[in-house]
Amino acid sequence: MKNSLTNDAVLQQLKSEFGEAIMSSENPFDLLTVEVETSKCKDIIGWLKTNPELQINYLTNIGAVHYPDLRGRELAMVYHIHSLVNNFRIRLKAFLSIDRPEIDSIVDLYAGANWMERETFDFYGVIFNGHPNLKRILNEDSMDYFPLRKEYHLEDATREDKDDRFFGR
Amino acid sequence: MTNLENNTAANSSEFLSDETIDGTITTLNLGPTHPATHGIFQNVLKVDGEKILSSEQTVGYIHRAFEKLAERRPYNQITPITDRLNYCSSPINNMGWHMTVEKLIQADIPKRAQYMRVIIMELARIADHLVCNSVIGVDTGALTGFTYVFQEREKIYDLYEEVCGARLTTNVGRIGGFERDFSPRFHEKLKDFLKTFPKVLNEFDSLLSRNRIFMDRTIGAGPISAQRALDYSFSGPNLRAAGVDYDVRVMNPYSSYEDFDFIIPVGTQGDTYDRFQVRQEEIRQSLKIIEQAYNNLPEGSYKGDVPEFYLPPKDDVYNNMEALIYHFKIVMGETAIPAGEVYHAVEGGNGELGYYLISDGGRSPYRLQFRRPCFIYYQAYPEMITGQNISDAVLTMSSMNVIAGELDA
Amino acid sequence: MGKIEDLQVINGEGYQLGRLEKVVAAARANSVWPLPFATSCCGIEYMATMGSNYDLARFGMERMSFSPRQADLLIVAGTISKKLGPILKQVYEQMAEPKWVLSVGACASSGGIFDTYSVLQGIDRVIPVDVYVPGCPPRPEQIIDGIMKIHDMVRNEPLRRRYSDEYKSLLNKYEIEGNEE
Repeated sequence: MKNSLTNDAVLQQLKSEFGEAIMSSENPFDLLTVEVETSKCKDIIGWLKTNPELQINYLTNIGAVHYPDLRGRELAMVYHIHSLVNNFRIRLKAFLSIDRPEIDSIVDLYAGANWMERETFDFYGVIFNGHPNLKRILNEDSMDYFPLRKEYHLEDATREDKDDRFFGR
Repeated sequence: MTNLENNTAANSSEFLSDETIDGTITTLNLGPTHPATHGIFQNVLKVDGEKILSSEQTVGYIHRAFEKLAERRPYNQITPITDRLNYCSSPINNMGWHMTVEKLIQADIPKRAQYMRVIIMELARIADHLVCNSVIGVDTGALTGFTYVFQEREKIYDLYEEVCGARLTTNVGRIGGFERDFSPRFHEKLKDFLKTFPKVLNEFDSLLSRNRIFMDRTIGAGPISAQRALDYSFSGPNLRAAGVDYDVRVMNPYSSYEDFDFIIPVGTQGDTYDRFQVRQEEIRQSLKIIEQAYNNLPEGSYKGDVPEFYLPPKDDVYNNMEALIYHFKIVMGETAIPAGEVYHAVEGGNGELGYYLISDGGRSPYRLQFRRPCFIYYQAYPEMITGQNISDAVLTMSSMNVIAGELDA
Repeated sequence: MGKIEDLQVINGEGYQLGRLEKVVAAARANSVWPLPFATSCCGIEYMATMGSNYDLARFGMERMSFSPRQADLLIVAGTISKKLGPILKQVYEQMAEPKWVLSVGACASSGGIFDTYSVLQGIDRVIPVDVYVPGCPPRPEQIIDGIMKIHDMVRNEPLRRRYSDEYKSLLNKYEIEGNEE
């Protein structure tokens, strides 16, 4: 199936619609990657969904990345959205500060975002405003840290039979 | 039996206002160790008699921290982690990962290796769908089909063993292709499999497909509309059963899928029976793909030219300086990779299996996220079973093919 | 019925003499009711073991007991996370004595490759284990071998073992209450 949309055309449309909220863009491996303003993220996803021409309305994935070195924008939210009609994929990024990791939930746009957002909360502690049931999903409720942030260890802390020197800890 | 008209999953709330059967609402704990759940999931059901009013899910009982683990491992040591995602079809996960890395390093893979991959991946799809469909049979009370097709699954395991030596968690192939060409015994066994399996499949089909009991139990059980399925980001056979012809193999062909002629089966109701039929047809299509790939298997090499990732032959290691260096780097897991960001999706046993890889140029990924189809579509489960009977809920779960390893990462 | 080892049977007209302990043990060993606690990959291999090619029913294990109350052997196949640990312990506590535990696969035995924050590093941290089967996942032959080892243990277990102080102190170590005499 051929792409009927081009990266440039979609980017132009986004820019003319949202102007300043589209902060930067690149095309790694032909996948349009757009960095957007955090507060406008939900609006943009909603616009992409309802736009009759683009029809970018299949949520592929939500994830987060932790960059401890980027001051004030430590957490990156990454949305992969797909247009099944036009066979066009787009990746949206919104950066959050680790002190106030808050972003609007998109559960009312995509029912499937529910668990993806809960997982992101579980792993990175991102707060999704407006999420109906924001609690841990994979880890125990009693867990008191967000394990996928870079500062936390991977290994189980209770192992005694492993010599740290041989396991790079 | 359930009422078909009322069961469009979207209007779940209207069941809550229905008159109760005997005026009492019971709470039923389905799981986490319930035998009918095929894995460790918990569903707290509110039931009125047999009718399910609501359900609350708990998952994460086998959370193994794949994504964190992947941040600590060199690229070729991540393949064994992907094995354990959807362990019913490990080779698809392995090769999806290999293709992701190959995309990042922009390696050229020879046609032969691509076709070989297609053969193995389609075998894996058959194995995956066989488990799912036979387990639907078990849950409707037909154990015969299960024991029967498990013999055939053993043959697929034999084929895996010829290629890589393992049965279930295969770790098959390398970044760059395969570690060796198909052995003569593999060719023999594959020919034998292609000859005998269609008969077995037809027999299995005739056991269930038009079986009155099976049809009564499965038609109308756990339906979902196409619109809701898309809303929930369904993919794979479950989405196709709801009537959307989305298949990554066709939409974004990888590994030369564009060379093969096959159809995407779709259902209409999105219920258990449709999911069963879609999987049955997909097994047939997979056989067709394997036949095409095998009969047109191109000449050439079974591996691409990626010396940084592909372990050199032992002879070279002893006699060739460069090979020794590569060997050392690969074994120690110190291969650097270009920085970049890549998303690659393959059609796994359960749907779009995506790999979102961010490399910062180091020895292991900066971030690797798996798009796990199970995790995403299992959240629609309460909506699908509301208003159904408890026994239908069990069927719905097995027909969705919820694999705990994939779900819980 | 399988072979009864070390059992001296004296046959006479109308009677048969043997050591009660051995007879009971033989009866137990040849009709072990397993409770499959299959969580992940190893569970699929366990299904293959139950299937027609490997056929667990040959060993008197035709009946899977999905209720812990009627089970003799707890087969833990697959990763047990920390979230699941208490549940596994509860299932073990619900089983009636005498009971045995078979730990199938590297994950159940030691955490395996998953030395991570969420995985229990071996089920022997919450319940006592009788036989460990290595492998990731083990082949069905290995699982069967593990089961044969369990059979050996069952055959040779003294009748009074479950009341011994040694056994009680083992259970106490796991904070599980033993049975009263």
